[in-house]
Amino acid sequence: MTLLKTLAPYDFPSSDAVENYKGRQLLYVNWERHRMFSRPFVLALPPETPFAEIIDKHMTDCFSYHPDWAQIDWSAVRWLNGSQPFSPDRDKSLADNGIGHKDLIRFITPGLDGIAGSGY
Amino acid sequence: MTSNAFIAFQKNEETRCIVEAIVDDNPDAVVVDQPAMVKVDVPGRLVIKRATVEDKMGRDFDLQELQLHLITISGHLDESDDEFVLSWQS
Amino acid sequence: MDMKVSKKLGLKERYTMMTRDLAWDTTFQPMDKVFPQVGYEGIKIHDWDQWEDPFRLTMDAYWKYQAEKERKLYAILDAFNQNNGHLSVTDARYMNVLKLFLGSTPPLELMAARGFSMVARQMVGAGPRVACMMQSVDEYRHFQTQIHSISNYNRFYNGMDEFAHQQSRMWYLSDGKSFFDDAITAGPFEFMVAIGFAFEYVLTNILFVPFISGAAYNGDMAAMTVGFSAQSDEARHMTLGLECIKFMLEQDPDNLPIVQRWIDKWTWRGTRKLASVGMMMDYMLPKRIMSFKEAWEIYFEQNGSALFNDLARYGVKVPKCFAQTIEEKEHITHQSWIGFYMKPDACPFHTWIPAPDELDWLSEKYPNTFDKYYRPVLEHFDKQEKAGNRFNNKTQPMNCQVCVSTIKFNEPGDPMEMCFRETVYKGEKFHFCSDHCKEIFEDEPEKYVQTFISSHAALQGKCEPEGTDINAHDYRPGARMHAYWRMDKRATGDFNGSEDQKNFAEWRHQATKN
Repeated sequence: MTLLKTLAPYDFPSSDAVENYKGRQLLYVNWERHRMFSRPFVLALPPETPFAEIIDKHMTDCFSYHPDWAQIDWSAVRWLNGSQPFSPDRDKSLADNGIGHKDLIRFITPGLDGIAGSGY
Repeated sequence: MTSNAFIAFQKNEETRCIVEAIVDDNPDAVVVDQPAMVKVDVPGRLVIKRATVEDKMGRDFDLQELQLHLITISGHLDESDDEFVLSWQS
Repeated sequence: MDMKVSKKLGLKERYTMMTRDLAWDTTFQPMDKVFPQVGYEGIKIHDWDQWEDPFRLTMDAYWKYQAEKERKLYAILDAFNQNNGHLSVTDARYMNVLKLFLGSTPPLELMAARGFSMVARQMVGAGPRVACMMQSVDEYRHFQTQIHSISNYNRFYNGMDEFAHQQSRMWYLSDGKSFFDDAITAGPFEFMVAIGFAFEYVLTNILFVPFISGAAYNGDMAAMTVGFSAQSDEARHMTLGLECIKFMLEQDPDNLPIVQRWIDKWTWRGTRKLASVGMMMDYMLPKRIMSFKEAWEIYFEQNGSALFNDLARYGVKVPKCFAQTIEEKEHITHQSWIGFYMKPDACPFHTWIPAPDELDWLSEKYPNTFDKYYRPVLEHFDKQEKAGNRFNNKTQPMNCQVCVSTIKFNEPGDPMEMCFRETVYKGEKFHFCSDHCKEIFEDEPEKYVQTFISSHAALQGKCEPEGTDINAHDYRPGARMHAYWRMDKRATGDFNGSEDQKNFAEWRHQATKN
């Protein structure tokens, strides 16, 4: 229950409602235990974007600076959507992979723990 | 354990006298020197007495002149014409 | 002869005559209509005359002492500037402390001035009204003198001139802006707990004491004197915040749960805001005065414990976040510096990897964490930079919906894992950096759904420089952020190779040769 108290009616829209993105939706991506990138990055993409584009373009552009990127065993990677494990299909769209507005995709690469195993 | 009341001043000629007065009036005072500032910790209760400061400075002193040199305080404040007191009740 | 000697009034009597005795209750309109804001937050006040005014500063004395502070301040500033003081600082990296400070602090002083003048109007009692009015004038003074003192540096170094434009637009300034926007849109009592108590009493020492002492230690007499001059007002502000807490708690037992929630909320919000101050102490001051961790222990843990032990008699508990901040003190400055280092194009100040002896200092100050988690990656960055491959993360950040920090902090208890929290409100997902920010959101979601997050706004096409054609076929929202921010290219990038670095070296050389 809200604890908000006001002197007058108080009703304002969300700044980041999906309607504000003109056919796109927000997606956050984080590489777990590779904190060199400090925080997840955010993209605004149409829901029909193929998941492959996330990996091949956006993740590669950002994460390939890390020496671990070239070491990834792609058969072992795991994914979370928020805290829920999921198995994205490269060839399906974000929507068909069940990825909605403002979802956070967490990319896990077992055995790779960053520079000198520091988590960075 | 008694909490420390403290006060910190800019380091200058006036506060040198004020700190000397605090040390005289608060036997448990601990003076901590830092670049450009000086901090005085006293367990429980810290008092600055106008008369002692005047004695150190050799002139009249209004306790509100402390305003010019203060950096920070810790403790409940009670100020009168004669005393500036910082204290913790626990 | 019978002569009446007029007795000089004591401080307490003088104060009463000059404040309370000059106040009156309205008669044309009922008091609750004239002062509607003091009731709606749920705080119950029965007798405004019980407000204690420990400093007992009357308006005439206030002007007298403030005028003297200004004369001292400008005497020192003038001397520093006349003597080319900017060349006497430790090294040119120091200027970046001023750039970060200029963007993040004076605009918030201005917000504090606005907040306190609002509260001065909203409060009923003469005591708090006078004290809030004085604080408002103080905050204006800080806003002006801080900018004025740094203006001399602006003549010589890059990245300072657009701070006012950048304040409400720049990604890393959004946390401070959101802190004050949240406070100023609350009611008067919450504002007092937010700024007067949590910020001024519990946390301001972390900002000003090490900053000023640090400025002095690094040869910056201008920042030192302006900081000292501002800080001399802070003791009065701290006292006002503490008195407000005691007043609310003494007036009615029903006030306790409300006040406790505000203390929990604002201590946490203030803590998040101070991460960048800690980073300045540990990474940006060329000559270090103490580590952020040490400052946190003295000014938050010890001093805060003294305060909360004392307030326990009213039933007040230590803020909920206390234990988490103690764990985080070993981490947040390193996490923050990495967050800035990786964005060389997106800050109007320079970043760098500390020299080996500075890394040693960090290892010594942070024996539990630095070598294990942070030193390896910093050394890796250094190697890459020297090989011509300096890190530049060009992506846009994810931010916390409440504190608007980038989501960069670790899961409590596990420094290798990121901390993520989320909730769904009215069908939309919201993300947070911590349990504390999540709870703040859930208490008042109607407020925080409106948060301005610069990366989101950019992706909506709301952050475009003038003249952008949003109908052009190659238009991409947020692609021209540098122009939108009015970023001076010379002010960006690594410190090594910067114009500031080169000029400083050259000018200092000239200053010592014929």
